[in-house]
Amino acid sequence: MSTFRYYEPESVAEVVSALKDNVNSSVIGGGSDLLSEIKNGTTKPNVLLGLSRIDDLKRITATDTEVRIGSMVTINAVSSDPVIKRDYGALSEASAGLATPQIRNVGTLGGNLNQRPRCWYYRNPLIDCLKKGGTKCYALGGHTKYLCVTEGERCYIVHPSDTAVALSLFSAEIEIASAGDIRRIPIGSFFVSPSENILRETILGPDEFVTAVYLPSHAPESRHMSKYIKARERQSGDFALVSVGISLKVSSGTIQACNICFGGIAPTPYRSIQMEKYLVNRSVENLDVSYAAGLAISDPKPFPDNEYKVTLATNLVKKALSDLICDL
Amino acid sequence: MNTSLSEYPSSSVNLIVNEQAHQLSVRDHWTLLDVLRDVLELTGSKRGCDRGECGSCTVLLDGVPVYSCQILALQSQGKTVITIEGLSQNGVMTALQQAFLDNDGGQCGYCTPGFVISSLALLRDNPNPTDKEICDALSGNICRCNAYGRIIESVRSASGRN
Ligand SMILES: Cc1cc2nc3c(=O)[nH]c(=O)nc-3n(C[C@H](O)C(O)[C@H](O)COP(=O)(O)OP(=O)(O)OC[C@H]3O[C@@H](n4cnc5c(N)ncnc54)[C@H](O)[C@@H]3O)c2cc1C
Ligand code: SF4
Ligand code: FES
Ligand code: FES
Repeated sequence: MSTFRYYEPESVAEVVSALKDNVNSSVIGGGSDLLSEIKNGTTKPNVLLGLSRIDDLKRITATDTEVRIGSMVTINAVSSDPVIKRDYGALSEASAGLATPQIRNVGTLGGNLNQRPRCWYYRNPLIDCLKKGGTKCYALGGHTKYLCVTEGERCYIVHPSDTAVALSLFSAEIEIASAGDIRRIPIGSFFVSPSENILRETILGPDEFVTAVYLPSHAPESRHMSKYIKARERQSGDFALVSVGISLKVSSGTIQACNICFGGIAPTPYRSIQMEKYLVNRSVENLDVSYAAGLAISDPKPFPDNEYKVTLATNLVKKALSDLICDL
Repeated sequence: MNTSLSEYPSSSVNLIVNEQAHQLSVRDHWTLLDVLRDVLELTGSKRGCDRGECGSCTVLLDGVPVYSCQILALQSQGKTVITIEGLSQNGVMTALQQAFLDNDGGQCGYCTPGFVISSLALLRDNPNPTDKEICDALSGNICRCNAYGRIIESVRSASGRN
């Protein structure tokens, strides 16, 4: 492993100024992804900034209008929080089912959202692909089984985060700290696709980091039901081949609101706007679930080895939607 | 604050390992596993993948199972660590360890310390787990010899509901 200095700032402002002062520095959450990257030589920071002294980042707090999850809250704490279980079921399910118990105990929500892609060419220390500033994409013409099936351009990763997919269902906002400023942006604008920036997966600048995630609270009568399903090759410690989150609000048998988001098919969490549009204002009584599910991905462009993802996405969302409607 | 870089930055860390307090000088980039094995010579925790994927380095950190290969020693500052060496008392194995021995829960044995530590945390929180709960709790540990059936049997028998 390359060497670095490890330091734990006492405040958010101190983190931001340390990021600014040290060009090649990085924040570290649990370290479950970053330390692999450093061991593999994919990244070589000189300074790591531990965030565990800043208590405000380690709390889940709820007000009448919103729930705030600090970026250093562990995945395990997210999955077991009673309010998150009750009001944002898909987030609880996505957290409970990701990685392994040991990783969920140390891995943080901030680290989960900011983890780097798993493309094995990217992860290989001997390969400098486009994402690492190199000149070509080695996945093209290589193994394409795990690549995206839509929205790829020059780079064809899928975003590995399960929580990002679930958070996309609930109008989540990401709070970002930068020099002298704290701002919030919708989760849909946080992740960027390779066409916008091939070197990074989020809009974060080098001197910025995530301090919290906000979820709007709902009165009991306007709460959404939600669900997260993940298909993977092994039952534990494995990333999604395809995953889907769905949230639904039904009243008097009619779908009032519906959000659908996929993981494993695009370089960012993929909102299926066309399927959402189709479902809203329809009655659940004689809903054509198969037709709706056929709308899941608008213009899929699979590779030779990942056409299965299109079928899988359609079948997963069919199951998720049917299950939610049956639970009504 | 001083973030000036020296070639091999090192710092001091306090750890309570198997109920013994240590103050150690460590390199900033050393993992907890590096310190346990190479400084404290507690080689029961194994280095398998060194990437958070196999579980053979599992220890309890403040009571919860973590991969010691995938956390810096400095991130464990002030915390308590339990390794496989901390279980037996005066050379007498715990009931859980004995159950692994009696049920042939290890084949080559490389994964065993990690499985025992994960099982320890499970049985502490849930003395009578179902098979599904056992599998979930052990899902972050891999056995290359495929002794899973006998590992699960070991935990089942240690839970006293076999
Ligand atoms: C075997 C294995 C299986 C896994 N399976 C899954 C899975 O199924 N689903 C899934 O979603 N993930 C999975 N992961 C990925 C993963 O490591 C995590 O889920 C974990 O949540 C990462 O959190 P961390 O705090 O350990 O991140 P770290 O390793 O500390 O950080 C990861 C990255 O995020 C950056 N970062 C951390 N915190 C912040 C912040 N507050 N602001 C800005 N940047 C930040 C770091 O600089 C680093 O680049 C898996 C990992 C392993 C090793
Ligand atoms: S898909 Fe992206 S990360 Fe993978 S090899 Fe191509 S450019 Fe690199
Ligand atoms: S050695 Fe730590 S998980 Fe494999
Ligand atoms: S007994 Fe050999 S790895 Fe499990």
